[in-house]
Amino acid sequence: MSIWLVILAIGAITFATRLSFILLFSRMEMGSFLQQALRFVPPAVLAAIIFPELVLREGVMDLSPGNERLLAGMLAAVVAWRTRNVLLTLGVGMAALWLLQALSARGLFP
Amino acid sequence: MDVPKEKAAPESPDENLAAGAASARSQVLAGFKAELPLAVGTIPFGLIYGALALGTGLPASAAQAMSSIVFAGSAQFISAQLLGQSTPAIVVIITAGMINLRHALYSASVAPYLQHLPSRWKYVLAYLLTDEAYAVTITHYQKESRFSGVGNKHWFFLSAGLTLWITWQASTAVGVFLGAAIPSGWSLDFTLALTFIGLLVPNLKDRAGAAAALIAGVCAVLAVGLPIKLGLVLASFVGIAAGMWVEARK
Repeated sequence: MSIWLVILAIGAITFATRLSFILLFSRMEMGSFLQQALRFVPPAVLAAIIFPELVLREGVMDLSPGNERLLAGMLAAVVAWRTRNVLLTLGVGMAALWLLQALSARGLFP
Repeated sequence: MDVPKEKAAPESPDENLAAGAASARSQVLAGFKAELPLAVGTIPFGLIYGALALGTGLPASAAQAMSSIVFAGSAQFISAQLLGQSTPAIVVIITAGMINLRHALYSASVAPYLQHLPSRWKYVLAYLLTDEAYAVTITHYQKESRFSGVGNKHWFFLSAGLTLWITWQASTAVGVFLGAAIPSGWSLDFTLALTFIGLLVPNLKDRAGAAAALIAGVCAVLAVGLPIKLGLVLASFVGIAAGMWVEARK
C-alpha cells in the first residue's frame, strides 16, 4: 500500500475517533451515569499525563530528591493551588527546573 | 430589593468569559492566550519529529503532510518510524489508531458542550481535538459561573485548536525542511507537564476528583510499560472508576 494511502487511513481513523462521541451524543440522550463519569475525565486524563512526566526518567521511576522535574513539579503544584494562575505556575516551575539543573550541573545538587 | 440572580449580569470580563457570555472575539483571544504556553511547548517535538521523519526515509512532503492529515504527534512519530522499517500497512494503521484511542475520551468529554452547534462546527472542532487543545478547553467549559450556558465558548475551543495547529505545522516544517537542530538543554517539553498541573490542581474541587487524579496518575506510572499508550487510557478509566466510587460513598 502506498505511503500516502496509509497516511490518509491513519488520518481518517484519527478524525473519526475525535469526532465519535461529538456526533454520537447529539443523537442520543446521555444517561446520568455517563454524565457523572464524564466529570472525572479531565482530572484523570491530566493526572495520567502529568505523573509519568514527573516521576519517570528514561522510563525508570525516580522518586529521589535528585529528580529535578519531580521537585519543580511539586513546587508548581503548590503555586497552582495557592495562586490558581497557570502562567505563574508555568513560570515558577520552569525557573525551578532550570535552577535545579544548573545546580546539578555544578555538582551542588542534590 | 434583591435582584434575582437570573436577572443580574456578569460583572467582570473574567466572569463574562467563564459564563460564555463574552464576545466571540474575547473568547478567541482567551483561547489563544491559554493555549500559547502549550503550543510553545510542542515546538521541540515538532522539530524532532520533522528531523526524525526525514531520517526514516519518508519523503519530506509525506512527513509534512502527516502534520495536517493526522495532526497527532505521538501517532506521527510511531508511524514514521514503522513506515521507515517497511512495516506492513495494516500494522502501521492499527498501531496509530490505538495510540490515538484516548481522543475518544476527549470526544466524549467535550461532546455535551457542543451539542447545540451546527455540524460544520463539530467537524472542525473535532479535527482540532488534540491533548493540548482539550486540556485548556475542557477547563474553560467547566469554569464555574453563576450563569450557566456554553455561550460563545466554542470560539475559545476553535482558537486554542488553531493556535496549536499553526505552531505544529510550522515547527514540523522547520524540522522537515531545514533539519534544524533540536534546541539543547532548555527542557521546553516540561511546559506541557507544568501547564497541565496549572490546569489540574485548582480544579480539584472535592475528594472524588482528587481520588480520580491520584489513582489515574499512579496507574499511569505503573502502566507506562504498556505499548501504544494503552497505559494512559487504562489509567484514565481506573481513575474515573475511583472518582465515581468515592462519590458514591459520600
